[in-house]
Amino acid sequence: MTGYTATVTVRLKHGVLDPEAETTQRALERLGFELADLRAADRFEIDLSAEDEAAAEERAGEMAERLLANPTIHDFDVEVTERE
Amino acid sequence: MSVAVLRFGGSNCDRDAVRALADVGVDAELVWYKEGLPADVSGVVIPGGFSYGDYLRAGAMAAREPIVEEVRERAGEVPILGVCNGAQIGSEAGLTPGAFTVNRSARFQCEHVHLRVETTDTPFTAAFDAGDVISLPIAHGEGRFETESEAAYEELVAEDRVLFRYCDADGNVTDEANPNGSRGNVAGVVGEDRTTAVLMPHPERATLADLHAGTDGRGVLEGFA
Repeated sequence: MTGYTATVTVRLKHGVLDPEAETTQRALERLGFELADLRAADRFEIDLSAEDEAAAEERAGEMAERLLANPTIHDFDVEVTERE
Repeated sequence: MSVAVLRFGGSNCDRDAVRALADVGVDAELVWYKEGLPADVSGVVIPGGFSYGDYLRAGAMAAREPIVEEVRERAGEVPILGVCNGAQIGSEAGLTPGAFTVNRSARFQCEHVHLRVETTDTPFTAAFDAGDVISLPIAHGEGRFETESEAAYEELVAEDRVLFRYCDADGNVTDEANPNGSRGNVAGVVGEDRTTAVLMPHPERATLADLHAGTDGRGVLEGFA
């Protein structure tokens, strides 16, 4: 078994309104920053042990499907790196 | 036989629901989520509150508790109603379609709203006539109804599965009367079985006449009678 960190990023599907991101963007603009758009996402860093990278990715993907993301409004992606 | 009102850590409308149900003549009891669902329930209320502190997403954690699986097994046999956080739990669990997410205002909103009755073909709206305008309170930060697509929304409408829409005092469904940005001003929906429903407004807070919040919620809770 090898130690991995699976990073799951959960974001709203394209076109779904994100009022918190809009509020954050307005706050940045009030601070004088110029920006065209801002998107927010949730990132989960999951340390786990697995047979190989594919197995780690599959398990993290199941976690996203069953809890971390809501498929009605979210997309997600998984990146796996070997832990030191 | 009585209605089970589920109680999770963070539920806070559970006792209100029991009291309001009693007022419409329905026997109800609190059920701590770890105890499991009694075998002889005549209905289930998933009440409002802030289960698991709304961590991750409102309702996400409670929706994965074993008692919700037991509720799912009874769907279609007994009436099931999720209110506010209970609606979020019900949709997170897939008991009903769609999702409730952050209000358009990005704020928690606590106010009285008008609702137009859409379908009357559910236990929770059978007491009304289609087009009736009723008033109930809302109190939520994540109540904006969303579907996975416009087509999914249109399918719900075509199947007559919208309980209520937010409207003005005259029953006009307008953007101004939409408190949270819900798609189609939808405030509640019913599952395919037509007896499992969720809604963000609080019928139990508008049932007891001496609370002076109106009594329009009675008709919803009479769905358990």
